[in-house]
Amino acid sequence: MNLAPSSNNAPERYYNYAYLDEQTKRMIRRAILKALAIPGYQAPFGSREIPVPYGWGTGGIQLTAAIIGPDDVYKCIDQGADDTTNAVSIRQFFAKVADVATTEDTNQATIIQTRHRIPEKSLKQGQILVFQVPQPEPLRFLEPRETETRAMHAYEEYGLQYVSLYENISRYGRIASTASYPVMVEERYLMSPSPIPKFDNPKLDENEAIMLFGAGREKRIYAVPPHTHVRSLDFEDYPFETQTWEETCALCGADDAYLDEVVLDDAGARMFVCSDTHNCAERRAAGHAGPMADHQLARAEEGDAQ
Amino acid sequence: MAYVAVKGGERAITNAHKWLAEERRGDPSVGEIETAQVREQLSLAVDRVMGEGSCYDRDLAALAVKQARGDLPEAVFLVRAYRTTLPRFGASEPIDTVEMAVRRRVSAAFKDIPGGQVLGPTFDYTHRLLDFALAADGETAPRAVVAEEPQAYPMPTIGSVFAHEGLLESDEQTPDASEPFDLTREPMSFPADRDQRLQALARGDEGFLLSLAYSSQRGWGNTHPLCGEIRMGEVAVEFVPDELGFAIEVGEITVTECQMLGGLTGSAEKPPQYTRGYGLVFGHSERKAMSMAIVDRALRDRATEAGQVAPVQDEEFVLYHSDNVEASGFVQHLKLPHYVDFQADLQLIRRLRREYFERQSLKVAAE
Repeated sequence: MNLAPSSNNAPERYYNYAYLDEQTKRMIRRAILKALAIPGYQAPFGSREIPVPYGWGTGGIQLTAAIIGPDDVYKCIDQGADDTTNAVSIRQFFAKVADVATTEDTNQATIIQTRHRIPEKSLKQGQILVFQVPQPEPLRFLEPRETETRAMHAYEEYGLQYVSLYENISRYGRIASTASYPVMVEERYLMSPSPIPKFDNPKLDENEAIMLFGAGREKRIYAVPPHTHVRSLDFEDYPFETQTWEETCALCGADDAYLDEVVLDDAGARMFVCSDTHNCAERRAAGHAGPMADHQLARAEEGDAQ
Repeated sequence: MAYVAVKGGERAITNAHKWLAEERRGDPSVGEIETAQVREQLSLAVDRVMGEGSCYDRDLAALAVKQARGDLPEAVFLVRAYRTTLPRFGASEPIDTVEMAVRRRVSAAFKDIPGGQVLGPTFDYTHRLLDFALAADGETAPRAVVAEEPQAYPMPTIGSVFAHEGLLESDEQTPDASEPFDLTREPMSFPADRDQRLQALARGDEGFLLSLAYSSQRGWGNTHPLCGEIRMGEVAVEFVPDELGFAIEVGEITVTECQMLGGLTGSAEKPPQYTRGYGLVFGHSERKAMSMAIVDRALRDRATEAGQVAPVQDEEFVLYHSDNVEASGFVQHLKLPHYVDFQADLQLIRRLRREYFERQSLKVAAE
């Protein structure tokens, strides 16, 4: 755990606690409450400019800024990893403006902000998972007009989505959606789980943690409250299935984790490693070892952690 | 060739930012540019940053231009991320451009109009030849000749020329809302009222609006525009504090305003009239004000029988995609790692290819 750095010229002297002003935080909290009250519904909110670009986590940052306090422990991941550049940048941002303790430990964190993954380890009651969402509207690529898609949600008119999945099957022999795989929340609202791989979709269902989704550019907040039923769309004869690997993690040997493919040379050699870096490190610390356990990637991570 | 997986570290980011700062400064043997120099000598860059940044502050905009190394959308972003943290006291009184201290005012509709044609400081009619004298040191401060008579004040508008005949439609009555729509506090909603539309256009990307206006002129949703009037100059900004109950002047801003005459309307109930499109931007930017006026007019076709046929007439298309801070961020977010999703995609394409080749070999075997 790292404590926040501080200096005389630090922005916290010029900006409110956690960057946003208190009025804005209240407005965002109201949107969060609305989103929690109507699981899967996209609540519009007066999204603000944030000092990172749109598409780089402005929705997630606003959610975090609205709920974070000095007692929180903040973790931020991108692609499952704590050490990806944008995750590092956002983590530093909150360490600076919210004077908050940060961690890479999924168990210790009270707020986990994420882009494109849900941690492998089950989340617990009291934890909040904040998703960065580029496009909150699951129907957007089927219908570009917001006026239309809002009406479709209002009338629960999701036939178009099922037709699109059916067209997938007729063309590829399977549902060819691999990430942002659409889900139905409490059998009412069609929701985009954000671009997490469908591997993570089952973790949305009946989760103990609060899951908040923030889309800054599109100015929408939605939520999945704890213990909510979340179903990935499928057909009786084409049931939903997640990705599996023939390989195991080269570093920790995990055979049930989401794996990243690391290209080793230009002759086709590659290794597969856990996308969730903390889970992988924890497993290695507990004595698990994969076929390439002493690869420089593992050593580099240990170096970074110090 | 060995490939090292890209894993960012805090040190890498810090060093990258130091390098950026070094690049911004350029060759240290060349004197550092002062923000006051940017403010005074790159004033049109400052104007654009204030307009699209939705914040009228020449010094802040100049600082942003300097910090962004002259990348104007980046400077706009810096200003936006600052202004969003400022407290909002309320809405000013509408500015009155009839009361403008005019520096430039031209109309293409008439050879002469009340108040006259005032060319003012314009690039129009300059020959675009590089002035190598500017590159040489020791520039002498040029002085313009002062006019013998002051400008007409107040300066009549193009609307007043038509008023007695009713040839030009008058402003729609705005609803009696206490405050106008505020795009910086509320998300876009559709159908958009005109206050929301004009706000979005006023802070929209100049290049995007220019191209949309151009597409309209080329027949993709033509509005038959004619430049009724452009004026640029200084107007007073007034605000009514709750504790006073009357308007006080809080400052003066430079704006460019464009009244674009559009094609005729008329129906069984209404006599034929010219329509209008309106453009207003901070600072001096006629390209932006004129583009805005054409797009404003084109977007009204939603309400007419013309229907939505061209991009410039499509409100959701135009308003959702005109903001360059949103657009620039989202396009460039593709630089962020996407390897988790890409891995999922790779798996799928490998599987589909395997199945394809299996089918092919079965086919060959059958033949």
